[in-house]
Amino acid sequence: MLRVEAVVKSFDNFKAVNGANLAVEKGEIVAVIGPNGAGKTTLFNLITGLLKRDSGKIIFKGEDIGGLASYEICKKGIARSFQIVNIFPRLTVFRNVQVAVLSEQRRSNALFRPASSMVLNETNSILDSVGFLGKAHSIAGSLSHGDQKILEIAIALGNEPELLILDEPTAGMSPEETSATMELIKRLAQKRGLTILFCEHDMDIVFSIAQSIMVMHQGQTLIQGKPEEVRKNPIVQEAYLGIE
Amino acid sequence: MFKEVIHSKWFGPLIVILLILFILPLFIPRFYTYILALIYVTSLLAMSLNLVVGHGGMFQFHHAVFYGVGAYTVALMLKKTSLPMWTGFVAGPIVAAITGLIIGWLCVRLTRLYFGMLQISLGSLIWAIVLRWYSFTGGDDGIPGIPMPPFLSSLNQSYYFILVILTICLIVMYLILKSPFGNTLQAIRDNPQRCEAVGVNVKRHQLIAIIIATFFAGVAGVLFVVLERSVFTDLLFWVLSLEVFIMCLLGGWFTFTGPVLGAAIIVALRTFVGIFTEYWTLILGIVLILLIFFLPEGVMGYFQELFEPQTREATKGGHR
Repeated sequence: MLRVEAVVKSFDNFKAVNGANLAVEKGEIVAVIGPNGAGKTTLFNLITGLLKRDSGKIIFKGEDIGGLASYEICKKGIARSFQIVNIFPRLTVFRNVQVAVLSEQRRSNALFRPASSMVLNETNSILDSVGFLGKAHSIAGSLSHGDQKILEIAIALGNEPELLILDEPTAGMSPEETSATMELIKRLAQKRGLTILFCEHDMDIVFSIAQSIMVMHQGQTLIQGKPEEVRKNPIVQEAYLGIE
Repeated sequence: MFKEVIHSKWFGPLIVILLILFILPLFIPRFYTYILALIYVTSLLAMSLNLVVGHGGMFQFHHAVFYGVGAYTVALMLKKTSLPMWTGFVAGPIVAAITGLIIGWLCVRLTRLYFGMLQISLGSLIWAIVLRWYSFTGGDDGIPGIPMPPFLSSLNQSYYFILVILTICLIVMYLILKSPFGNTLQAIRDNPQRCEAVGVNVKRHQLIAIIIATFFAGVAGVLFVVLERSVFTDLLFWVLSLEVFIMCLLGGWFTFTGPVLGAAIIVALRTFVGIFTEYWTLILGIVLILLIFFLPEGVMGYFQELFEPQTREATKGGHR
Protein backbone atom coordinates (compact mmCIF):
# COMPACT_ATOMS: atom_id res chain seq x y z
CA MET A 1 0.00 0.00 0.00
CA LEU A 2 2.76 2.41 0.98
CA ARG A 3 6.34 2.16 -0.21
CA VAL A 4 9.11 4.49 0.81
CA GLU A 5 12.26 4.09 -1.28
CA ALA A 6 15.65 5.63 -0.49
CA VAL A 7 14.15 8.86 0.81
CA VAL A 8 16.60 11.60 1.84
CA LYS A 9 15.86 14.82 3.69
CA SER A 10 18.47 17.22 5.03
CA PHE A 11 18.24 20.41 7.01
CA ASP A 12 21.19 22.62 6.13
CA ASN A 13 23.97 20.05 6.29
CA PHE A 14 22.34 17.64 8.69
CA LYS A 15 20.84 14.57 7.05
CA ALA A 16 17.80 13.85 9.21
CA VAL A 17 16.61 11.09 6.92
CA ASN A 18 19.30 9.50 4.81
CA GLY A 19 18.04 6.59 2.79
CA ALA A 20 14.91 5.35 4.52
CA ASN A 21 13.02 2.37 3.12
CA LEU A 22 9.66 1.19 4.30
CA ALA A 23 6.90 -1.07 3.05
CA VAL A 24 3.41 -1.15 4.50
CA GLU A 25 0.92 -3.74 3.26
CA LYS A 26 -2.84 -3.31 3.45
CA GLY A 27 -4.28 -4.28 6.83
CA GLU A 28 -0.89 -4.44 8.55
CA ILE A 29 0.21 -2.76 11.73
CA VAL A 30 3.73 -1.51 11.14
CA ALA A 31 5.98 0.08 13.74
CA VAL A 32 9.01 2.28 13.21
CA ILE A 33 11.50 2.18 16.06
CA GLY A 34 14.82 3.83 16.69
CA PRO A 35 16.57 6.03 19.24
CA ASN A 36 15.74 9.71 19.65
CA GLY A 37 16.88 11.67 16.63
CA ALA A 38 16.80 8.64 14.36
CA GLY A 39 14.49 10.49 11.99
CA LYS A 40 11.17 8.78 12.73
CA THR A 41 9.09 11.93 13.00
CA THR A 42 10.85 13.48 10.01
CA LEU A 43 9.99 10.37 8.00
CA PHE A 44 6.33 10.68 9.01
CA ASN A 45 6.36 14.36 8.12
CA LEU A 46 7.75 13.47 4.71
CA ILE A 47 5.07 10.85 4.10
CA THR A 48 2.26 13.23 5.10
CA GLY A 49 3.60 16.16 3.09
CA LEU A 50 4.50 18.43 5.99
CA LEU A 51 8.05 18.35 4.62
CA LYS A 52 9.23 17.81 1.06
CA ARG A 53 11.76 15.06 0.39
CA ASP A 54 15.09 15.95 -1.28
CA SER A 55 15.23 12.69 -3.18
CA GLY A 56 13.72 9.21 -3.19
CA LYS A 57 10.19 8.00 -3.74
CA ILE A 58 7.10 7.87 -1.58
CA ILE A 59 4.52 5.71 -3.32
CA PHE A 60 0.98 5.32 -1.99
CA LYS A 61 -1.38 2.99 -3.86
CA GLY A 62 0.86 3.12 -6.92
CA GLU A 63 1.15 6.91 -7.04
CA ASP A 64 4.15 9.03 -6.09
CA ILE A 65 2.81 11.42 -3.44
CA GLY A 66 6.21 12.95 -2.64
CA GLY A 67 5.42 16.32 -4.20
CA LEU A 68 1.89 16.86 -2.90
CA ALA A 69 0.74 19.32 -0.24
CA SER A 70 -0.38 17.78 3.03
CA TYR A 71 -4.07 18.49 2.47
CA GLU A 72 -3.88 16.69 -0.88
CA ILE A 73 -2.19 13.68 0.70
CA CYS A 74 -4.93 13.59 3.31
CA LYS A 75 -7.53 13.43 0.54
CA LYS A 76 -5.69 10.41 -0.88
CA GLY A 77 -6.45 8.50 2.31
CA ILE A 78 -3.61 9.06 4.75
CA ALA A 79 -4.43 10.64 8.11
CA ARG A 80 -2.11 11.15 11.02
CA SER A 81 -1.80 12.09 14.65
CA PHE A 82 1.06 14.14 16.02
CA GLN A 83 3.70 13.43 18.63
CA ILE A 84 3.15 16.76 20.35
CA VAL A 85 -0.56 17.33 20.95
CA ASN A 86 -1.95 19.09 17.91
CA ILE A 87 -5.65 19.76 18.29
CA PHE A 88 -8.01 22.75 18.08
CA PRO A 89 -7.84 23.89 21.70
CA ARG A 90 -10.65 26.49 21.61
CA LEU A 91 -13.23 24.27 19.95
CA THR A 92 -15.32 21.58 21.59
CA VAL A 93 -14.30 17.94 21.29
CA PHE A 94 -17.23 17.40 18.95
CA ARG A 95 -16.17 20.20 16.62
CA ASN A 96 -12.56 19.02 16.64
CA VAL A 97 -13.67 15.78 15.03
CA GLN A 98 -16.40 17.39 12.95
CA VAL A 99 -13.86 19.59 11.14
CA ALA A 100 -12.17 16.47 9.85
CA VAL A 101 -15.44 14.76 8.90
CA LEU A 102 -16.64 17.86 7.04
CA SER A 103 -13.35 18.02 5.21
CA GLU A 104 -13.57 14.32 4.33
CA GLN A 105 -17.03 14.83 2.86
CA ARG A 106 -15.82 17.94 1.01
CA ARG A 107 -18.32 20.14 2.77
CA SER A 108 -15.88 22.52 4.46
CA ASN A 109 -16.89 25.31 2.10
CA ALA A 110 -20.66 25.20 2.62
CA LEU A 111 -21.51 28.75 3.58
CA PHE A 112 -25.07 29.14 4.77
CA ARG A 113 -26.13 25.84 6.27
CA PRO A 114 -25.66 25.48 10.02
CA ALA A 115 -22.83 23.09 10.78
CA SER A 116 -24.49 22.06 14.02
CA SER A 117 -26.88 19.78 12.15
CA MET A 118 -24.36 18.30 9.72
CA VAL A 119 -22.49 14.99 9.85
CA LEU A 120 -23.81 14.33 13.37
CA ASN A 121 -23.96 10.55 13.00
CA GLU A 122 -20.50 10.19 11.52
CA THR A 123 -18.94 12.41 14.17
CA ASN A 124 -20.79 10.79 17.05
CA SER A 125 -19.88 7.30 15.92
CA ILE A 126 -16.19 8.23 15.97
CA LEU A 127 -16.55 9.83 19.40
CA ASP A 128 -18.34 6.69 20.54
CA SER A 129 -15.62 4.40 19.23
CA VAL A 130 -12.98 6.19 21.33
CA GLY A 131 -15.34 6.48 24.32
CA PHE A 132 -15.67 10.27 24.13
CA LEU A 133 -19.44 10.71 23.73
CA GLY A 134 -19.67 12.02 27.28
CA LYS A 135 -17.00 14.62 26.63
CA ALA A 136 -18.37 15.81 23.27
CA HIS A 137 -19.12 19.30 24.51
CA SER A 138 -16.02 19.91 26.59
CA ILE A 139 -13.54 22.41 25.24
CA ALA A 140 -10.65 20.43 23.80
CA GLY A 141 -8.00 22.58 25.50
CA SER A 142 -9.39 21.65 28.91
CA LEU A 143 -8.96 17.88 28.49
CA SER A 144 -6.18 15.99 30.23
CA HIS A 145 -3.04 15.28 28.24
CA GLY A 146 -3.95 11.63 27.77
CA ASP A 147 -7.43 12.53 26.51
CA GLN A 148 -5.97 15.08 24.13
CA LYS A 149 -3.75 12.38 22.64
CA ILE A 150 -6.81 10.19 22.11
CA LEU A 151 -8.66 13.15 20.58
CA GLU A 152 -5.71 13.34 18.16
CA ILE A 153 -6.54 9.85 16.98
CA ALA A 154 -10.27 10.65 16.82
CA ILE A 155 -9.59 13.67 14.58
CA ALA A 156 -7.50 11.49 12.29
CA LEU A 157 -10.35 8.92 12.14
CA GLY A 158 -12.64 11.71 10.94
CA ASN A 159 -10.89 11.54 7.59
CA GLU A 160 -11.81 7.86 7.21
CA PRO A 161 -8.22 7.06 6.32
CA GLU A 162 -7.04 3.87 4.71
CA LEU A 163 -3.66 4.39 6.28
CA LEU A 164 -3.49 5.86 9.78
CA ILE A 165 -0.12 7.21 10.89
CA LEU A 166 0.38 7.64 14.63
CA ASP A 167 3.45 9.49 15.84
CA GLU A 168 4.12 8.23 19.37
CA PRO A 169 0.44 7.85 20.27
CA THR A 170 1.18 7.22 23.93
CA ALA A 171 3.93 9.79 24.55
CA GLY A 172 3.56 11.30 28.00
CA MET A 173 0.87 8.88 29.13
CA SER A 174 0.79 6.95 32.37
CA PRO A 175 1.27 3.14 32.09
CA GLU A 176 -2.47 2.57 32.57
CA GLU A 177 -3.38 5.10 29.90
CA THR A 178 -0.77 3.62 27.61
CA SER A 179 -2.15 0.11 27.72
CA ALA A 180 -5.72 1.38 27.37
CA THR A 181 -4.70 3.42 24.34
CA MET A 182 -2.93 0.51 22.69
CA GLU A 183 -6.01 -1.65 23.23
CA LEU A 184 -8.06 1.09 21.62
CA ILE A 185 -5.74 1.26 18.62
CA LYS A 186 -5.86 -2.50 18.17
CA ARG A 187 -9.64 -2.50 18.39
CA LEU A 188 -9.97 0.37 15.91
CA ALA A 189 -7.64 -1.36 13.47
CA GLN A 190 -9.77 -4.51 13.55
CA LYS A 191 -13.16 -2.83 13.49
CA ARG A 192 -12.40 -0.32 10.76
CA GLY A 193 -9.98 -2.44 8.79
CA LEU A 194 -7.29 0.21 9.16
CA THR A 195 -3.71 -0.05 8.09
CA ILE A 196 -1.60 1.53 10.81
CA LEU A 197 1.92 2.90 10.76
CA PHE A 198 3.19 4.11 14.11
CA CYS A 199 6.32 4.83 16.05
CA GLU A 200 6.77 4.24 19.74
CA HIS A 201 9.51 4.06 22.34
CA ASP A 202 8.03 1.37 24.53
CA MET A 203 9.45 -1.89 23.14
CA ASP A 204 6.94 -4.11 24.95
CA ILE A 205 4.11 -2.34 23.16
CA VAL A 206 5.85 -2.43 19.82
CA PHE A 207 6.62 -6.13 19.93
CA SER A 208 3.16 -7.01 21.23
CA ILE A 209 1.14 -5.17 18.61
CA ALA A 210 3.21 -4.73 15.45
CA GLN A 211 3.18 -7.27 12.63
CA SER A 212 6.18 -5.71 10.98
CA ILE A 213 8.92 -3.52 12.45
CA MET A 214 11.25 -1.09 10.73
CA VAL A 215 14.37 -0.02 12.62
CA MET A 216 15.88 3.39 11.97
CA HIS A 217 19.28 4.58 13.02
CA GLN A 218 20.81 7.94 12.17
CA GLY A 219 18.31 8.52 9.39
CA GLN A 220 18.86 5.13 7.77
CA THR A 221 16.79 2.01 7.66
CA LEU A 222 18.69 -0.84 9.31
CA ILE A 223 16.12 -3.53 8.66
CA GLN A 224 12.43 -4.16 8.25
CA GLY A 225 10.94 -7.50 9.15
CA LYS A 226 8.74 -9.56 11.43
CA PRO A 227 9.21 -8.90 15.17
CA GLU A 228 11.20 -12.13 15.74
CA GLU A 229 13.56 -11.40 12.88
CA VAL A 230 14.16 -7.90 14.16
CA ARG A 231 14.73 -9.09 17.68
CA LYS A 232 17.30 -11.62 16.54
CA ASN A 233 19.13 -9.34 14.16
CA PRO A 234 22.67 -8.72 15.45
CA ILE A 235 22.99 -5.20 13.97
CA VAL A 236 19.77 -4.11 15.64
CA GLN A 237 20.84 -5.61 18.94
CA GLU A 238 24.09 -3.73 18.79
CA ALA A 239 22.70 -0.42 17.58
CA TYR A 240 19.50 -0.17 19.50
CA LEU A 241 18.11 -2.92 21.64
CA GLY A 242 21.30 -3.07 23.68
CA ILE A 243 21.11 -6.81 24.27
CA GLU A 244 24.41 -8.59 24.77
CA MET B 1 -31.23 28.09 7.07
CA PHE B 2 -32.65 30.84 9.27
CA LYS B 3 -33.68 28.30 11.87
CA GLU B 4 -30.24 28.67 13.36
CA VAL B 5 -30.86 32.39 13.90
CA ILE B 6 -34.38 31.98 15.27
CA HIS B 7 -33.38 29.25 17.73
CA SER B 8 -30.37 31.18 18.96
CA LYS B 9 -30.76 32.29 22.55
CA TRP B 10 -29.96 35.83 21.40
CA PHE B 11 -32.96 36.00 19.09
CA GLY B 12 -35.42 37.38 21.66
CA PRO B 13 -33.14 40.14 23.00
CA LEU B 14 -32.10 40.97 19.42
CA ILE B 15 -35.71 41.65 18.40
CA VAL B 16 -36.24 43.86 21.46
CA ILE B 17 -33.05 45.83 20.79
CA LEU B 18 -33.97 46.25 17.13
CA LEU B 19 -37.45 47.54 18.05
CA ILE B 20 -35.94 50.07 20.44
CA LEU B 21 -33.43 51.20 17.83
CA PHE B 22 -36.25 51.55 15.30
CA ILE B 23 -38.36 53.90 17.38
CA LEU B 24 -35.41 55.77 18.89
CA PRO B 25 -35.07 58.46 16.17
CA LEU B 26 -38.61 59.61 16.99
CA PHE B 27 -37.50 60.72 20.45
CA ILE B 28 -33.86 61.74 20.31
CA PRO B 29 -32.28 64.86 18.78
CA ARG B 30 -30.93 64.74 15.23
CA PHE B 31 -27.34 64.75 16.40
CA TYR B 32 -27.77 61.54 18.38
CA THR B 33 -29.54 59.88 15.48
CA TYR B 34 -26.50 60.73 13.39
CA ILE B 35 -24.08 59.35 16.00
CA LEU B 36 -26.09 56.13 16.28
CA ALA B 37 -26.03 55.69 12.51
CA LEU B 38 -22.28 56.32 12.51
CA ILE B 39 -21.91 53.64 15.19
CA TYR B 40 -23.84 51.19 12.99
CA VAL B 41 -21.61 51.85 10.01
CA THR B 42 -18.46 51.52 12.11
CA SER B 43 -19.85 48.37 13.76
CA LEU B 44 -20.32 46.71 10.41
CA LEU B 45 -16.75 47.61 9.48
CA ALA B 46 -15.43 46.20 12.78
CA MET B 47 -17.56 43.06 12.47
CA SER B 48 -16.25 42.44 8.97
CA LEU B 49 -12.68 42.81 10.21
CA ASN B 50 -13.35 40.46 13.08
CA LEU B 51 -14.42 37.73 10.68
CA VAL B 52 -10.80 37.39 9.61
CA VAL B 53 -9.04 38.60 12.77
CA GLY B 54 -11.00 37.08 15.65
CA HIS B 55 -12.52 34.10 13.90
CA GLY B 56 -9.90 33.58 11.21
CA GLY B 57 -6.74 34.40 13.14
CA MET B 58 -5.25 36.42 10.28
CA PHE B 59 -3.30 39.65 10.71
CA GLN B 60 -5.58 41.81 8.60
CA PHE B 61 -3.75 45.06 9.38
CA HIS B 62 -5.14 47.29 6.66
CA HIS B 63 -8.83 46.62 6.55
CA ALA B 64 -9.88 50.26 6.10
CA VAL B 65 -8.66 50.17 2.51
CA PHE B 66 -11.57 47.93 1.52
CA TYR B 67 -13.98 50.21 3.37
CA GLY B 68 -12.54 53.17 1.48
CA VAL B 69 -12.60 51.38 -1.85
CA GLY B 70 -16.28 50.52 -1.32
CA ALA B 71 -17.07 54.12 -0.38
CA TYR B 72 -15.10 55.63 -3.28
CA THR B 73 -16.65 53.20 -5.76
CA VAL B 74 -20.20 54.18 -4.90
CA ALA B 75 -19.22 57.88 -4.65
CA LEU B 76 -17.59 57.93 -8.08
CA MET B 77 -20.42 56.01 -9.69
CA LEU B 78 -23.12 58.26 -8.28
CA LYS B 79 -21.20 61.43 -9.01
CA LYS B 80 -19.55 60.74 -12.34
CA THR B 81 -21.83 58.34 -14.18
CA SER B 82 -25.48 58.42 -15.13
CA LEU B 83 -25.99 54.72 -14.43
CA PRO B 84 -28.97 53.81 -12.25
CA MET B 85 -28.13 54.59 -8.64
CA TRP B 86 -28.61 51.05 -7.38
CA THR B 87 -25.72 49.88 -9.54
CA GLY B 88 -23.40 52.07 -7.49
CA PHE B 89 -24.70 50.55 -4.27
CA VAL B 90 -24.11 47.07 -5.61
CA ALA B 91 -20.74 47.89 -7.17
CA GLY B 92 -19.23 49.21 -3.90
CA PRO B 93 -19.08 45.87 -2.07
CA ILE B 94 -18.16 43.96 -5.23
CA VAL B 95 -15.21 46.20 -6.07
CA ALA B 96 -14.11 46.02 -2.43
CA ALA B 97 -14.28 42.22 -2.58
CA ILE B 98 -12.27 42.14 -5.82
CA THR B 99 -9.64 44.35 -4.18
CA GLY B 100 -9.74 41.92 -1.27
CA LEU B 101 -9.22 39.02 -3.65
CA ILE B 102 -6.14 40.63 -5.23
CA ILE B 103 -4.50 41.81 -2.01
CA GLY B 104 -5.54 38.66 -0.16
CA TRP B 105 -4.19 36.43 -2.91
CA LEU B 106 -0.78 38.04 -2.46
CA CYS B 107 -0.96 38.07 1.34
CA VAL B 108 -2.07 34.50 2.13
CA ARG B 109 1.25 33.22 0.83
CA LEU B 110 2.81 34.71 3.93
CA THR B 111 1.99 34.03 7.55
CA ARG B 112 1.19 36.14 10.57
CA LEU B 113 3.22 39.34 10.85
CA TYR B 114 4.53 39.14 7.29
CA PHE B 115 0.97 38.85 6.07
CA GLY B 116 0.13 42.01 8.01
CA MET B 117 3.15 43.97 6.82
CA LEU B 118 2.53 43.13 3.17
CA GLN B 119 -1.08 44.16 3.54
CA ILE B 120 -0.13 47.52 5.03
CA SER B 121 2.21 48.14 2.10
CA LEU B 122 -0.31 47.15 -0.58
CA GLY B 123 -3.09 49.05 1.16
CA SER B 124 -0.98 52.18 1.49
CA LEU B 125 -0.28 51.94 -2.22
CA ILE B 126 -4.02 52.21 -2.93
CA TRP B 127 -4.27 55.07 -0.45
CA ALA B 128 -1.42 56.90 -2.24
CA ILE B 129 -3.05 56.42 -5.63
CA VAL B 130 -6.36 57.81 -4.38
CA LEU B 131 -4.55 60.73 -2.74
CA ARG B 132 -2.52 61.66 -5.83
CA TRP B 133 -5.02 61.07 -8.61
CA TYR B 134 -6.65 64.50 -8.36
CA SER B 135 -8.52 64.44 -11.65
CA PHE B 136 -10.32 61.21 -10.80
CA THR B 137 -10.64 60.97 -7.02
CA GLY B 138 -10.37 64.60 -6.00
CA GLY B 139 -7.20 63.87 -4.04
CA ASP B 140 -7.20 65.21 -0.51
CA ASP B 141 -10.30 67.30 -1.23
CA GLY B 142 -12.27 64.07 -1.41
CA ILE B 143 -15.64 63.99 -3.13
CA PRO B 144 -18.31 66.15 -1.45
CA GLY B 145 -22.00 66.42 -2.25
CA ILE B 146 -22.75 62.96 -3.53
CA PRO B 147 -26.32 62.73 -4.84
CA MET B 148 -28.63 60.22 -3.15
CA PRO B 149 -31.80 58.55 -4.35
CA PRO B 150 -35.02 60.20 -3.05
CA PHE B 151 -35.78 57.46 -0.53
CA LEU B 152 -32.59 58.40 1.32
CA SER B 153 -33.17 62.15 1.32
CA SER B 154 -33.51 62.74 5.10
CA LEU B 155 -31.29 61.69 7.97
CA ASN B 156 -34.00 59.48 9.45
CA GLN B 157 -34.44 57.67 6.17
CA SER B 158 -30.70 57.07 5.98
CA TYR B 159 -30.77 55.88 9.59
CA TYR B 160 -33.40 53.25 8.83
CA PHE B 161 -31.68 52.16 5.65
CA ILE B 162 -28.38 51.70 7.50
CA LEU B 163 -30.04 49.84 10.38
CA VAL B 164 -31.82 47.43 8.03
CA ILE B 165 -28.69 46.69 5.99
CA LEU B 166 -26.64 46.27 9.17
CA THR B 167 -29.17 43.78 10.55
CA ILE B 168 -29.18 41.77 7.34
CA CYS B 169 -25.38 41.73 7.24
CA LEU B 170 -25.14 40.64 10.87
CA ILE B 171 -27.54 37.75 10.26
CA VAL B 172 -25.61 36.65 7.18
CA MET B 173 -22.30 36.86 9.06
CA TYR B 174 -23.78 34.87 11.92
CA LEU B 175 -24.91 32.15 9.52
CA ILE B 176 -21.50 32.08 7.86
CA LEU B 177 -19.75 31.68 11.21
CA LYS B 178 -22.07 28.83 12.20
CA SER B 179 -21.65 27.08 8.84
CA PRO B 180 -19.07 24.41 8.08
CA PHE B 181 -17.07 27.15 6.41
CA GLY B 182 -17.05 29.23 9.59
CA ASN B 183 -16.29 26.25 11.80
CA THR B 184 -13.39 25.28 9.62
CA LEU B 185 -12.15 28.88 9.62
CA GLN B 186 -12.08 28.86 13.41
CA ALA B 187 -10.26 25.56 13.35
CA ILE B 188 -7.65 27.14 11.06
CA ARG B 189 -7.28 29.99 13.54
CA ASP B 190 -6.66 27.48 16.32
CA ASN B 191 -4.26 25.30 14.38
CA PRO B 192 -3.56 25.78 10.67
CA GLN B 193 -1.11 22.88 10.50
CA ARG B 194 -3.60 20.42 11.91
CA CYS B 195 -6.27 21.70 9.55
CA GLU B 196 -4.01 21.07 6.61
CA ALA B 197 -3.45 17.56 7.96
CA VAL B 198 -7.19 16.82 7.95
CA GLY B 199 -7.41 17.77 4.31
CA VAL B 200 -8.37 21.46 4.39
CA ASN B 201 -6.81 23.70 1.76
CA VAL B 202 -5.90 26.33 4.33
CA LYS B 203 -4.70 29.09 2.01
CA ARG B 204 -7.77 28.88 -0.19
CA HIS B 205 -10.04 28.87 2.84
CA GLN B 206 -8.31 31.96 4.23
CA LEU B 207 -8.59 33.73 0.88
CA ILE B 208 -12.34 33.07 0.69
CA ALA B 209 -12.68 34.44 4.23
CA ILE B 210 -10.81 37.61 3.19
CA ILE B 211 -13.09 38.06 0.17
CA ILE B 212 -16.17 37.72 2.37
CA ALA B 213 -14.79 40.13 4.98
CA THR B 214 -13.79 42.73 2.40
CA PHE B 215 -17.22 42.45 0.78
CA PHE B 216 -18.82 43.44 4.07
CA ALA B 217 -16.24 46.21 4.54
CA GLY B 218 -17.40 47.47 1.13
CA VAL B 219 -21.01 47.40 2.34
CA ALA B 220 -19.92 49.49 5.33
CA GLY B 221 -18.21 51.91 2.91
CA VAL B 222 -21.45 52.30 0.95
CA LEU B 223 -23.38 52.94 4.17
CA PHE B 224 -20.82 55.58 5.12
CA VAL B 225 -21.57 57.42 1.86
CA VAL B 226 -25.30 57.12 2.54
CA LEU B 227 -24.76 58.79 5.90
CA GLU B 228 -22.13 61.40 5.05
CA ARG B 229 -22.70 62.07 1.34
CA SER B 230 -18.99 62.63 0.95
CA VAL B 231 -15.77 60.62 0.90
CA PHE B 232 -12.20 61.56 1.74
CA THR B 233 -8.83 59.84 1.73
CA ASP B 234 -8.75 59.30 5.51
CA LEU B 235 -11.15 56.42 4.86
CA LEU B 236 -8.27 54.44 3.39
CA PHE B 237 -5.56 55.62 5.77
CA TRP B 238 -3.83 53.06 7.98
CA VAL B 239 -4.75 54.98 11.14
CA LEU B 240 -8.38 54.05 10.60
CA SER B 241 -7.36 50.41 10.13
CA LEU B 242 -5.63 50.53 13.49
CA GLU B 243 -8.68 52.10 15.09
CA VAL B 244 -10.94 49.35 13.75
CA PHE B 245 -8.48 46.72 14.93
CA ILE B 246 -8.64 48.26 18.41
CA MET B 247 -12.45 48.11 18.29
CA CYS B 248 -12.26 44.34 17.81
CA LEU B 249 -9.78 43.92 20.66
CA LEU B 250 -11.75 46.24 22.91
CA GLY B 251 -15.11 44.59 22.29
CA GLY B 252 -13.81 41.04 22.43
CA TRP B 253 -12.43 39.43 19.34
CA PHE B 254 -13.51 35.89 20.08
CA THR B 255 -17.12 36.91 20.47
CA PHE B 256 -19.66 37.57 17.75
CA THR B 257 -21.05 40.92 18.86
CA GLY B 258 -17.92 42.21 20.61
CA PRO B 259 -16.82 44.45 17.72
CA VAL B 260 -20.19 46.24 17.80
CA LEU B 261 -19.56 47.16 21.40
CA GLY B 262 -15.97 48.18 20.61
CA ALA B 263 -17.16 50.39 17.76
CA ALA B 264 -19.79 51.99 19.98
CA ILE B 265 -17.22 52.73 22.70
CA ILE B 266 -14.68 54.26 20.32
CA VAL B 267 -17.16 56.34 18.33
CA ALA B 268 -18.72 57.59 21.56
CA LEU B 269 -15.30 58.41 23.02
CA ARG B 270 -14.27 60.29 19.89
CA THR B 271 -17.53 62.22 19.80
CA PHE B 272 -18.06 63.09 23.42
CA VAL B 273 -14.52 63.35 24.74
CA GLY B 274 -13.58 65.06 21.48
CA ILE B 275 -15.90 67.91 22.44
CA PHE B 276 -13.77 68.73 25.48
CA THR B 277 -10.29 68.04 24.19
CA GLU B 278 -8.67 67.32 20.89
CA TYR B 279 -6.44 64.86 22.72
CA TRP B 280 -9.19 62.27 22.95
CA THR B 281 -6.71 59.66 21.78
CA LEU B 282 -4.99 60.12 25.14
CA ILE B 283 -8.12 58.74 26.80
CA LEU B 284 -8.17 55.96 24.23
CA GLY B 285 -4.57 55.12 25.11
CA ILE B 286 -5.41 54.83 28.79
CA VAL B 287 -8.46 52.69 28.00
CA LEU B 288 -6.24 50.42 25.91
CA ILE B 289 -3.65 49.99 28.63
CA LEU B 290 -6.35 49.10 31.14
CA LEU B 291 -7.85 46.72 28.62
CA ILE B 292 -4.61 44.85 28.04
CA PHE B 293 -4.03 44.43 31.76
CA PHE B 294 -7.51 43.66 32.99
CA LEU B 295 -9.63 42.46 30.07
CA PRO B 296 -7.36 40.69 27.61
CA GLU B 297 -10.38 39.02 26.03
CA GLY B 298 -12.20 42.32 25.53
CA VAL B 299 -15.33 43.63 27.23
CA MET B 300 -17.67 41.08 25.66
CA GLY B 301 -15.16 38.31 26.28
CA TYR B 302 -15.15 39.27 29.95
CA PHE B 303 -18.92 38.99 30.24
CA GLN B 304 -18.88 35.70 28.38
CA GLU B 305 -16.33 34.39 30.85
CA LEU B 306 -18.59 35.43 33.70
CA PHE B 307 -21.65 33.68 32.33
CA GLU B 308 -20.14 30.75 30.47
CA PRO B 309 -17.38 29.23 32.60
CA GLN B 310 -16.63 26.77 29.79
CA THR B 311 -15.03 29.44 27.65
CA ARG B 312 -12.62 30.30 30.44
CA GLU B 313 -11.08 26.88 30.12
CA ALA B 314 -10.90 27.40 26.40
CA THR B 315 -8.99 30.62 26.85
CA LYS B 316 -6.39 28.97 29.03
CA GLY B 317 -6.00 26.07 26.65
CA GLY B 318 -5.66 28.33 23.66
CA HIS B 319 -2.24 29.33 22.50
CA ARG B 320 -1.81 31.91 19.84
